[in-house]
Amino acid sequence: MALDPANVARLGGQLGVYEVADGEGRVALIAYAGGRSPFGLRGELESQLAQRGAGWQFRVEVTMAYLTRWRELLMVHVADHGGPPPGNIDDGAVLGRMSPA
Amino acid sequence: MDLQLSDEQTMLVESVRRFVVDEIVPLETGLDPDADELDPADRDRLVAKVRAMGLYGLDIPAEFGGPGIDLVTRCLLAVEMSQHRAGLYAPCYGVFGGAGLAQLYDANDDQKQRYLYPLLRGEREGFFALTEPSGGSDPARAIRTTAYRDGDEWVLNGTKLYISGADRADFGITFARTGDAGREGITCFIVDADAPGFHVRRVVHSLRSAHYATEIEYDNLRVPHRNVVGEVNGGFQIANDRLSRNRIPYAAGCIGVAVKAQEMAIAWARERETFGAPLATRQAVQWMIVDNEIDIRQARWLTLDAAARADRGEPFRTAAAMAKLVATEAAGRVVDRSMQIHGGAGMTKDLPLERWYRELRIRRIGEGPSEVQRIIMARDLIGGSFK
Repeated sequence: MALDPANVARLGGQLGVYEVADGEGRVALIAYAGGRSPFGLRGELESQLAQRGAGWQFRVEVTMAYLTRWRELLMVHVADHGGPPPGNIDDGAVLGRMSPA
Repeated sequence: MDLQLSDEQTMLVESVRRFVVDEIVPLETGLDPDADELDPADRDRLVAKVRAMGLYGLDIPAEFGGPGIDLVTRCLLAVEMSQHRAGLYAPCYGVFGGAGLAQLYDANDDQKQRYLYPLLRGEREGFFALTEPSGGSDPARAIRTTAYRDGDEWVLNGTKLYISGADRADFGITFARTGDAGREGITCFIVDADAPGFHVRRVVHSLRSAHYATEIEYDNLRVPHRNVVGEVNGGFQIANDRLSRNRIPYAAGCIGVAVKAQEMAIAWARERETFGAPLATRQAVQWMIVDNEIDIRQARWLTLDAAARADRGEPFRTAAAMAKLVATEAAGRVVDRSMQIHGGAGMTKDLPLERWYRELRIRRIGEGPSEVQRIIMARDLIGGSFK
């Protein structure tokens, strides 16, 4: 859905993972709202909206397993695209190799 | 049994306790509550400190460069090393080093050169793959991965489940059926993770929210014959050899978490007031704290007794099974009661209790579930014919 104030305001404060994509649907960032994120997913996406402005999309998954799900999404992205999204290149996350069936 | 610590044990316990309080706990305030890894710079700094303490590679046998401490002392240190938020599954975030893959200590010299020594030097990473979708507690019957010989190679086909670290590893120890049904038809192999036919198919999420397992598939994976560990059809013994011994420090880690949860419960009961008086004045709370202490002391006695038997070279299979069963279940009860004493705060990620509660549940399954520990003890107590 569009990364705009109305959609972000509807988010809860839960923990979970989220992806931000450009207008063409190319994933730019995979991140999470963890146990120290103020206001959970809503806080994280408010921050993304403030940084990026209009023209972006996002999706969220509410999950307590935000750390492992974050790594999984990154690994699947690398398997599909050969590298991490642009916003994750400097993360320093050590990723494993996956070859999803 | 004499549980008076020697001067050396006292010194080691105190230095590790100080290390946890001074070096590990402060770092956790800046980490995600579920984190199980340190920032690389912090990790490198602390590994250097541990090396200077002479305690790096605690579980590596002395002949392979480890400090060569006995199992009782190892358990005493495990109790200390687990007394922080990530301590149950990531004691001190791994800065005391790992054990490598214990099965490789029994490998031949060529295999040690290619796999064990690079692993111990930290140059390569390995995984251990035994469990399959058909089960893990009874590998002799559950293993359906097959291997057949083709010239100087073996061809493996099958699936392994709940495998830690396979996606990051360079190689792994695995087991496949090469003969008849039962324990006599299993062979142990070293497989290279970059070989064609090795696939990490999916991530498996669990109650351990910072750590995932994987499902891996061998699809006509070719393994050179020189990567067979031990004898063909002799793999079951390799899989089982160190299980009993591993259960003892596994129990000790649970005790450390229970000790810390009990400290927190006592401190909170003294401080928190309800209806005009501290919680500590309420008999219901006092009894929970007493029950915690009974659980902790029972688990500690049984664990150190098992370790002492192993150190003396006596049979210890039943003692290890009893320690594992009692410590994992007792620690779960202690953390549960401590959460009850803390009330709402105990349910939150502000405190480590909720993480220990989730992770301790896994301990009743890992390294053999409680029911398997009872089977082991029953066989030893009653006799093999009743198994």
